[in-house]
Parts: sequence; structure tokens; C-alpha cells
Amino acid sequence: MNARAQTYLWVAQRASAAVLALCVAVHLATMIYAIRGGLSAGEILARTRGNGAWLAFYSVFVLAVSVHAPIGLRPVLGEWLRWRGTSRDLFLLALALALAGLGLRAVLGVFL
Amino acid sequence: MSGTLGKGHVGTWAALVHRVSGILLVLFLPGHFIALGSALEGAASFDSFLAWTQQPLVKFMEWGIVLSLAAHLGGGLRVLALEFLPWRDWHKSLAAAAAAGAIAVSLAFALAL
Repeated sequence: MNARAQTYLWVAQRASAAVLALCVAVHLATMIYAIRGGLSAGEILARTRGNGAWLAFYSVFVLAVSVHAPIGLRPVLGEWLRWRGTSRDLFLLALALALAGLGLRAVLGVFL
Repeated sequence: MSGTLGKGHVGTWAALVHRVSGILLVLFLPGHFIALGSALEGAASFDSFLAWTQQPLVKFMEWGIVLSLAAHLGGGLRVLALEFLPWRDWHKSLAAAAAAGAIAVSLAFALAL
């Protein structure tokens, strides 16, 4: 991978990290608040169904994760599993698409 | 990155925790998304999944993943601060703050479980 592409990955990783810092903080706080007294499907869905702000927030969260996780995994695969080259990048692209697809499906699942 | 994993340095441990917590989160996310997607099949299938999560071992793993998320957030804020802010001599304090923040969040989660 050339230096320009590496730079793009670095920028995408830091930009997604900045978005995720906010998303994760909100997610952790919401979770700790929401699980008090136990969780039920009805309780979760009452909060999320038809909630546009919630849909927008978690869609951004999922897309930022889909960018961030594969880029973060890239050096781990290279250094710890000695996996480099095109096959690694294709795998990471597939991971990004899978995370985005499954994540948006989950978001829609509790919104609709 | 391998150069950052030298020996006997607070930054080494911070980098290792950041990496391992990140790997755990990547492994956890597909299952998390698939489970939430079960809500598409109706509240009943979602509830049966939630009932499964009441087992002690699953709760312990949930706590572990929340600790990983908090640790990864703390470690990530540390990396952003080191790269974008000028006060590099604070790095040990940053690692300590990241660790303290992660432990505090995971304890709050454990208390609420």
C-alpha cells in the first residue's frame, strides 16, 4: 500500500475515533442507565421504535465502527499473524461491509 | 506499531490493553448486531435472547466487554491526546486516567447489572 493510502487510513482512523469517543461515552451512559432493574424487549423497543434521533445516532455509531475496526485490525493481523498483502485488505473490506450491514440491520431491527 | 510494544514502559501496557480490548470488541460486535437484529423477528425472539443473557457466565462476559469498551475508549483518548496535544510529558498520567476511567465505568455497569 502506498504512502498516500496509508495516510488516508490514518486520517480515517483518527476521524472515526473522534466520532466514536462521543458515541461510546453516550452508549456506556445509556447502557448503565437502561439496564437498572433488568432489560426487556418491550422496554428497549419502547425507547427505540420510531425514535428518529436514536436512529440517526446509532446509524452514525455503526458506520464509524465499520470504518474504525477494520483499520485498527490491519496492523494486528500484520504483526501478530504475519498476514499482509491484498488478501488481508480484501478480508478487512469484507469485515467493514459485514459490520455495516449487520449493524444497520440491528439498528433498523429495533427502530422499525 | 511493534516498536511501541517495547518492555517495561507504561505506554507498552497501555498499547497492549488498547490492542487486546480492540480485538475483543471486533469479535463481540457481529454477535451483538445479530442478537439485536433478532428484534426484527418480533419481541418474543428478542425476549428469549435477553433471557439467555441472564446466566451468570454471560453476565460476567458482558461485564468484560463493557470493561473492554471503556478501556478502549480511555486508551483511544490517550492516543488522540498524545498525537494532537502538545503536552507529551503527561503520558503516564493519561494512561492512569484511562485505566481509572475504564474501571469506574465497568464498576458502575457491574452495580447496575
